Amino acid sequence: METRELICIGCPMGCPLKVEINNGEVSSVTGNTCKRGDDYARKEVTNPTRIVTSSVIVEGGSLAAVSVKTKQDIPKGKIFDIMKALKGVKVQAPVHIGDVIVSNVADTGVDIIATKNVL
Amino acid sequence: MLRQVYDIVIVGGGPAGLAAAVSAKRNGVESILVLERDKELGGILNQCIHNGFGLHTFKEELTGPEYAGRFIEQLEEEKIAYKLNTMVMDISDDKVVTAMNREDGMFEIQAKAVILAMGCRERSRGALNIPGYRPAGIYSAGTAQRLVNMEGYMPGREVVILGSGDIGLIMARRMTLEGAKVKVVAELLPYSGGLKRNIVQCLDDFGIPLKLSHTVVDIDGKERVEGITIAQVDENRRPIPGTEEHYTCDTLLLSCGLIPENEISSSLGVEMSPVTSGPLVNECLETNIEGVFACGNVLHVHDLVDFVSEEAGAAGKHAAEYVKNGAKHPSSDAKDIPITATQGARYTVPKTINPDRMDEKHIVRFRVGDVYKNCYVSVYLNDQRVIHRKRPVMAPGEMEEVVLKKEELAAFPDLTQITVKIEEA
Ligand SMILES: Cc1cc2nc3c(=O)[nH]c(=O)nc-3n(C[C@H](O)[C@H](O)[C@H](O)COP(=O)(O)OP(=O)(O)OC[C@H]3O[C@@H](n4cnc5c(N)ncnc54)[C@H](O)[C@@H]3O)c2cc1C
Ligand code: SF4
Repeated sequence: METRELICIGCPMGCPLKVEINNGEVSSVTGNTCKRGDDYARKEVTNPTRIVTSSVIVEGGSLAAVSVKTKQDIPKGKIFDIMKALKGVKVQAPVHIGDVIVSNVADTGVDIIATKNVL
Repeated sequence: MLRQVYDIVIVGGGPAGLAAAVSAKRNGVESILVLERDKELGGILNQCIHNGFGLHTFKEELTGPEYAGRFIEQLEEEKIAYKLNTMVMDISDDKVVTAMNREDGMFEIQAKAVILAMGCRERSRGALNIPGYRPAGIYSAGTAQRLVNMEGYMPGREVVILGSGDIGLIMARRMTLEGAKVKVVAELLPYSGGLKRNIVQCLDDFGIPLKLSHTVVDIDGKERVEGITIAQVDENRRPIPGTEEHYTCDTLLLSCGLIPENEISSSLGVEMSPVTSGPLVNECLETNIEGVFACGNVLHVHDLVDFVSEEAGAAGKHAAEYVKNGAKHPSSDAKDIPITATQGARYTVPKTINPDRMDEKHIVRFRVGDVYKNCYVSVYLNDQRVIHRKRPVMAPGEMEEVVLKKEELAAFPDLTQITVKIEEA
């Protein structure tokens, strides 16, 4: 049996997690305050994922840039592919929270959406 | 001078000001005005484009602008008035708020209650205690955050960061994602001032080294930063000769913590805590000046915006009660019991609590002054210990809490003193 200690990144509480792994399968997660910590630990030891946030240029709006994120979490190894795909992306105002900015970014099956209104 | 009249004036339109306004309205006050010096509502959240906000409030993980967006929507729904590009200059003790903007010029508002929600600013460059040139390429982490996230401008390509506060950690990741090489994060103290989750997902994820007990001892370059030398420090925070390491870089970011923005509060005569640099408040979040309340980062620096919204909601509710009940608000009662923080606990918010007036339960928040492992958070009513809770790890970067119960406080004979402290196992 193997144990791994992790810090949950689900929210700023940063709960210290202990994951017990038996023959490659997670047998228990302890230390989490909420269900998300359990989910995070199971994913982190098998297929770690992250939400990517960035900003892209917006033209004709009240601000120069609009903040964006991946709508769901993506495999950790894809972070830089996504950043590359966002290079040079420009959108026209108005942009609303939730608008799709790039669909299926870097073939992850996940969309990039706006996280701010720029009118 | 033009003088307007409002029941409640809120200074600052960040998450604290927004939540206070919405709560005051829902508690029955119609006449509310929010004053914000920036060109949009939302405060510091507008530049915090990373995710990790609102999990506790909305049960989903939002980015800063999305979290602010939810509260701005509520403000619009409640039809609460606000003025942007408006700087509050002064508040008098009879609650005349003096503000200024382009359209109205200088104007005054007579308020019945005032809520301070001005947030905080970054500690200045004083942290960089070295002689010599100050070439271009030295930024505070918050300034860099604004430039990259809101202006789409990258301040540099090769970066060294001094200080491991959250903004510095978040900018280490942000600049790495934008193609910069972040060479090292140096922290003067033996522990990081930032959240553990940020060390994991901003440094560890990208293999950026964090050097604790290190500081910058030399900066190369006259016009522009060309390199940085860091060295290890001893217990007295003095550089140890022979431990110097040199890094070539074009940018130095300083992330040395935040400090509440209280110039207006001080000149109003609000009593300040030397520990938090924020006002001393009772459990209604009211300052020593009746009818003046404080919440959010202006009161004490928070890491979790959910707590800011919660605290601000309480401030809004109490301000509304003060407006509706006027002098009946029992803030002058003799029964305000002081809460003392000692032995590792640095301060508490609130500073006093009134058992008659308090809700059934009250959360007292505090920070510790050092890293503690397997220690207990203890609460004493006079000399009697009533809470003794084990905590595996506590660190100055993370806010702690204890819950006081009305029942217990009210039943305690001759209660004169509540003490919060950290005890060894
Ligand atoms: C870099 C960084 C990262 C963070 N990351 C997270 C995170 O991941 N998750 C999380 O939950 N929390 C996070 N936080 C914490 C959270 O964002 C803050 O605690 C919260 O924004 C504080 O809200 P506030 O309203 O008190 O202050 P602010 O957001 O600073 O708002 C204060 C407002 O008052 C205005 N103001 C100031 N003075 C005046 C004046 N004289 N007249 C008029 N207006 C004035 C300012 O312009 C500003 O808009 C982070 C904070 C920082 C700095
Ligand atoms: S376990 Fe839950 S409360 Fe703890 S850090 Fe993770 S998401 Fe936050």
